[in-house]
Order: sequence, then C-alpha cells, then structure tokens
Amino acid sequence: MRFKTLSRLFFTFMKIGAFTFGGGYAMIPLIQREIAEKRGWITEEDILDIFAIAESTPGPIAINAATFVGLRVCGFAGAFLATLGVVLPSFVIIGLIAFVLRQFQDIRAVRWAFSGIRAGVLALIVKALASMYGQCPKSGLSYTVMALAFVAVAFFKVNVLLVIALCAAAGLAVAMTAERRSGT
Amino acid sequence: MIYLTLFWTFFKIGAFTLGGGYAMLPLIQAEVAAHGWMSGAELVNFVAVSESTPGPFAVNISTYVGAETGGIIGAVCATAGVVLPSFIIILIVAKFFEKFKNSRTVSGCMSGLRPAVVGLIASAVISVGRTVFLPWNGLTAFLASGGIFGLSLLLVFRKLHPIIVIVISGVLGIALGYAGVF
Repeated sequence: MRFKTLSRLFFTFMKIGAFTFGGGYAMIPLIQREIAEKRGWITEEDILDIFAIAESTPGPIAINAATFVGLRVCGFAGAFLATLGVVLPSFVIIGLIAFVLRQFQDIRAVRWAFSGIRAGVLALIVKALASMYGQCPKSGLSYTVMALAFVAVAFFKVNVLLVIALCAAAGLAVAMTAERRSGT
Repeated sequence: MIYLTLFWTFFKIGAFTLGGGYAMLPLIQAEVAAHGWMSGAELVNFVAVSESTPGPFAVNISTYVGAETGGIIGAVCATAGVVLPSFIIILIVAKFFEKFKNSRTVSGCMSGLRPAVVGLIASAVISVGRTVFLPWNGLTAFLASGGIFGLSLLLVFRKLHPIIVIVISGVLGIALGYAGVF
C-alpha cells in the first residue's frame, strides 16, 4: 500500500516535472489536477497554502511544492521521491542538451538564431519585471527597497546575497517598528 | 575540487532563489562568470533553452553548468546542491506550518523581499540588455536587435507563449543573419 503510494508520488511528480515548461507557476494547474482532483492526496485549499509557502521560502517553486506535497502524503520518503521525480525529467533533458548544444554553437545559423533569441529573452524578462511589479504591494518601503536593490546590483555590483539579506532585514525592521507604534 | 565547488556554488543559488528564476539571474551571472564557467551571452542563450524545456530555471542551469564542467557527476553535484536547500527548508517549515503561515517575522521579511525581487529582475534587464545591445557590431545590427526586442515585447504582452516568442525571434535572427545584418 505504502509502496504503491510512493511509486505513484514519484511518477506523478515526474509527469509534472516533464510537462511544466518554464517551471514555477506553470505547474499550479497540473498539480491541481494530478494531486488534488485525480488522486485526492490533498485538498484544493492545501494547494493555496502550499504555493503561499513555496513563494515565501527560498528555492524554486516546483521543488518546494513537490517536497511539501510528498511530505504531506507519505512522510520523508514521500518528500524525497516527489522531489527526485520532479527534478529527473529536466535533469535528463538538459543533460542531453548540454551534450549537443556545444556541437551546434559554432554553426553560423545557430549563432544568428541566438542573436535574435537574446533580444526575445530580454522581452521575456521585461514582462516578468512588469508582472512582479504588479504583484508587489505599493508603499514607500517597497519603492525604496526596489530602487536601492536595483541600483546596488545593476550599477555597483554589490553581492546579491547581501542585498537579499539586507532587504529582508529592512522589511522586518519596518514591520516591527510599525507594530510597536500601534501597540503603544 | 570541481565537484565540491559546483555543489557549494549551486547550494548558495538554491538557498537564495526567490520569486521565480529571473530574480536570480544577477547572482547566477556573477557566480558563473567568477568561475569562468559561462559568458554573459551564453547564459542568456541558456535562458531561452530553459524556457523551451521542462523544469525550473535554477535546476536547468545547475544541471547544464554541472554537465559542462564536470560531466555526469558534475551535473549530479550541481543539481543536488540547488535542490537541497529548498528540500531541507520545506521539511522544517512543514513541521511548523501553522506558526509559519501566521508568523509576523516571516511576513515582515517578505515585505522587504518582494520589492527586492523586482529590483533584482530590473537589474537582470540591464545585464541582459548589455549582452543584446552592447557588443557593438554597427548600427544596423543594433537596430535589428532593437526591432526583434520591440516585436517580442509586443508579442509577450499579447500573452503569446514564451516558446513561440523564442522561435519567432530565432527565425528572425537567422533571416537577418543571411541578410548580412548580424
């Protein structure tokens, strides 16, 4: 019984890993269908919790969600197998691509294609910037942190890990000050 | 010891990956450039590869860099490194799920991290923009890149799938290449 659930977890997350192009939020509908509707392992409400947590903890969302669902369904072994399952397809595919990409990189047409593609990728990143900006709460703190993080990383080459740590600390400090003020 | 370096580098990247892959581009770029694993243009090429293949960007880039620098064992070490932090963190967080969900400390940190992600992606725009426009190959190449960027932007905001945008910009790149622009 347990073995069956474990192997199902593994293969279900392998399927999810194999079909989420671009990763992240793209997998929410798939998880909903495979894990909640088809298997009934977790409820729809759990899914919202899972993604809220996956968002507010470091690490790729796909990995966080797989670990969390696996743990819920089958303990540590479940967490391990679900995570392994979600990673495996991209691992195999990228491994193969790494093998071929170098061979093709010097072909003229491929070089030209990538010259165009880099401009396309820039557009994708601008879009990501616009949607992350849209999701971000608008406040004085937000704008200050945004501007400082941007300038520090883009123009002063400040270590990104340091910037992230300082931004988290700034958010915490502002929240605690606001709390203390409203408390007294 | 290349395997240990791969593991540790991608462990750091995994531990700090926030809000989707693009926010981590500046960090990944700094790390792979510091080790001489990949040039800026190669990294942007790989973003396109990663968008067109399954899996999260962080996992894909770690597998790729690992395979390139240390073969299969390198790929395993780098990928294990990038996955392990989130695996461990979720195991811990799941234990204190209710506490975590309502924690003021967590929501306080998040109120600083969300805008930080926006700032980081904005600086990714700058660094990717440099690889697109700054290797100066003359005005026509610059204008061609600008044209492809403009068209892609239009398509992306019309909600066309990223893979289609990548294919279109690639085809345009080849056509302009044959026309002698690039």
